[in-house]
Amino acid sequence: MFVNFDINFIIFGIMPYVALTVFLVGSIARYERDPFTWKSSSSQLLRRKQLILGSILFHVGIITVFFGHLIGLFTPVWVLDALGIPYGLKQWMAVLIGGPAGIAALVGSTMLLYRRLADPRIRINSSFADIAIMALIWLQLAIGLLTITQTLQHMDGSEMVRFMTWSQSVVSWNINAWVTVVDVHWLYKLHIFLGLIITMVFPFTRLVHIWSGFAAPFRYLLTRPGYQIVRSRRRTPLPRTPAE
Amino acid sequence: MRIRAQIGKVLNLDKCIGCHTCSVTCKNVWTSRDGVEYAWFNNVETKPGIGYPKDWENQKRWNGGWTRTGGGKLHPKQGAKWRILANIFGNPDMPEIDDYYEPFDFDYDHLKSAPEMDHFPTAQARSKITGERMDKIVWGPNWEEILGGEFAKRSQDYNFEGIQKEIYGEYENTFMMYLPRLCEHCLNPTCSASCPSGAIYKREEDGIVLIDQEKCRGWRMCISGCPYKKIYYNWESGKSEKCTFCYPRIESGNPTVCSETCVGRIRYLGVILYDADRIAEAASAPDEKDLYQAQLDIFLDPNDPGVQKQALADGVPADWIEAAKRSPVWKMAMDWKIAFPLHPEYRTLPMVWYVPPLSPIQNAAEAGQIGHDGQMPDVRSLRIPVRYLANMLTAGDDAPVISALERMLAMRAYMRSKTVDGVIDEGIAARVGMSGRMIEDMYKIMAIADYEDRFVIPTSHRETKEEAMDIRGGCGFTDGNGCSTGISEGSLFGGKKKRKFKLPEAS
Repeated sequence: MFVNFDINFIIFGIMPYVALTVFLVGSIARYERDPFTWKSSSSQLLRRKQLILGSILFHVGIITVFFGHLIGLFTPVWVLDALGIPYGLKQWMAVLIGGPAGIAALVGSTMLLYRRLADPRIRINSSFADIAIMALIWLQLAIGLLTITQTLQHMDGSEMVRFMTWSQSVVSWNINAWVTVVDVHWLYKLHIFLGLIITMVFPFTRLVHIWSGFAAPFRYLLTRPGYQIVRSRRRTPLPRTPAE
Repeated sequence: MRIRAQIGKVLNLDKCIGCHTCSVTCKNVWTSRDGVEYAWFNNVETKPGIGYPKDWENQKRWNGGWTRTGGGKLHPKQGAKWRILANIFGNPDMPEIDDYYEPFDFDYDHLKSAPEMDHFPTAQARSKITGERMDKIVWGPNWEEILGGEFAKRSQDYNFEGIQKEIYGEYENTFMMYLPRLCEHCLNPTCSASCPSGAIYKREEDGIVLIDQEKCRGWRMCISGCPYKKIYYNWESGKSEKCTFCYPRIESGNPTVCSETCVGRIRYLGVILYDADRIAEAASAPDEKDLYQAQLDIFLDPNDPGVQKQALADGVPADWIEAAKRSPVWKMAMDWKIAFPLHPEYRTLPMVWYVPPLSPIQNAAEAGQIGHDGQMPDVRSLRIPVRYLANMLTAGDDAPVISALERMLAMRAYMRSKTVDGVIDEGIAARVGMSGRMIEDMYKIMAIADYEDRFVIPTSHRETKEEAMDIRGGCGFTDGNGCSTGISEGSLFGGKKKRKFKLPEAS
């Protein structure tokens, strides 16, 4: 093992497990032990300017990109084959949907980062983690968009299938997963590496609000038939009233 | 019918002297912390004025409260659930801190630490947000105090709706009143309805509306949802905060801090029983002017044996029912009809009510007549326009406000006749649809206002729900995470940021 030591093995073979473990255990620990710190940390109250537009561009863009990655990377290759979707077509879809969404997210995050650094009210009330995570995400978006220049040079989808194989191998405990991405362009590698770093710092930053963001629509729309919430100390609460 | 009890509140504006003791004691207890320097769970506004935050009553601008659809359903004015979720990334209806005011303090230390200079050192204002020097303070917590500022700005007051307001800018016609404001602890709160996390709730046993600090995620929809703008975003902790109705005090039978310390004795606390099943029905009355009556209609008479029986069955403790019978809030709202909800048109069914203030009689000649023959002046000749009060308290319906003001004038005339002339004049009482006995009771509660009459607060019955042994030696009110403050130095999960303001050298 040490004879064949390869940094790629560390980053693409070991690190994903470390990152996912930190991500999950960290999130659970924070949710359980320090729920008071679990929040979105909105700075809208202090400065509305640039926030509304920047935040909407950023969030809509990055949520599109996030689900694009999730669906794109974790749809088994055999499903594509069964549905008869050519790899090239899927890659075009990724570029055409992910490209504009990525640009929107980058523009939005540029506005948010600028605001965070340049506005004295926001700057002085930002923690190191607030600034660092914004900068990391900005960098990640920029690199992600830069990889499109590489992607456009091979539109047959072969590189994309490699990343699909890698992600799916990682989550199916295949220790040799790392081999599939060893010789892809360094931009892709950097993008994956940064992605793992972000996953790892996730529980220690304001990013935890993403969990709540995904939970909110379900809570609000599905588990709350009405609008009002009444808390009772009864052991068995009475049925809801029409306002609840 | 489902009977619940709430500790309601009435503020007698006729006696408010605008001393701000309520605001200051509240601030000392609840909001003297980083992130909520700008927040006043209780504040006192001088009306007419645009208030705090600016223009808060104008729901065309802030979209607070509820809106009734053509089909008779209610949804928050800022949008139904899906719309609220769509605005989660940037809330278009939320005020900025400058709409309240930029919190500041003065550099007092400079007065004693300044080096020898040509000029006397001064204590300059510094922003509590940035620590920077503020050259000019352009707005503050009570900027319009005693009609501060020009009439053109103050007259943007929403309560001038339907009034030829220009004449009130003239010196001879000017008027003012104080309006102390706090969370209304509504029966149909829009803040809790707007919270995607479900962190805001109403307590079944006493009606107090609270924010679960551990469930709040800082989506800030409650801030825009509340039409009274009585939810504040703590920009340091990233959570929303609001008036707690001093629940630890209420639970032990003590009045809220604002009520306890009120030097004018204007605040009243007492139990109101209401029918929880009819909240939605009352809040969606088709005509805004019917909302005041609709809310009265869901209040239940604690002297009615049927109500008592049902209340016991629904879990209202017996001593709460007894307290409801002596409730000053019930007397003012229901028996005498002199207290009104603040802006019922928001459809929140607020539970902090107001007795409208009397004001000097415009016409001096007429003023000389009062009391001599029991003749009462026309309340329309009072300095504060009836319509202005009606816009504030009854969605613009003059009649209930006129009746309340007449009853208060009648109380004065009756008591003056009794104590000065030694004549008990039942006729005065009869003219306003009351009896001498009712008026004397009203006088006892409103004019004498003894502590025991103002605050009829039954203690909570946690002992039936909790094991006292388990919570013995506990730490009482904390900010989350057991006995810690929720903030630990150097926490992996982002502890409190150390704010180091460097004060510049004296120049």
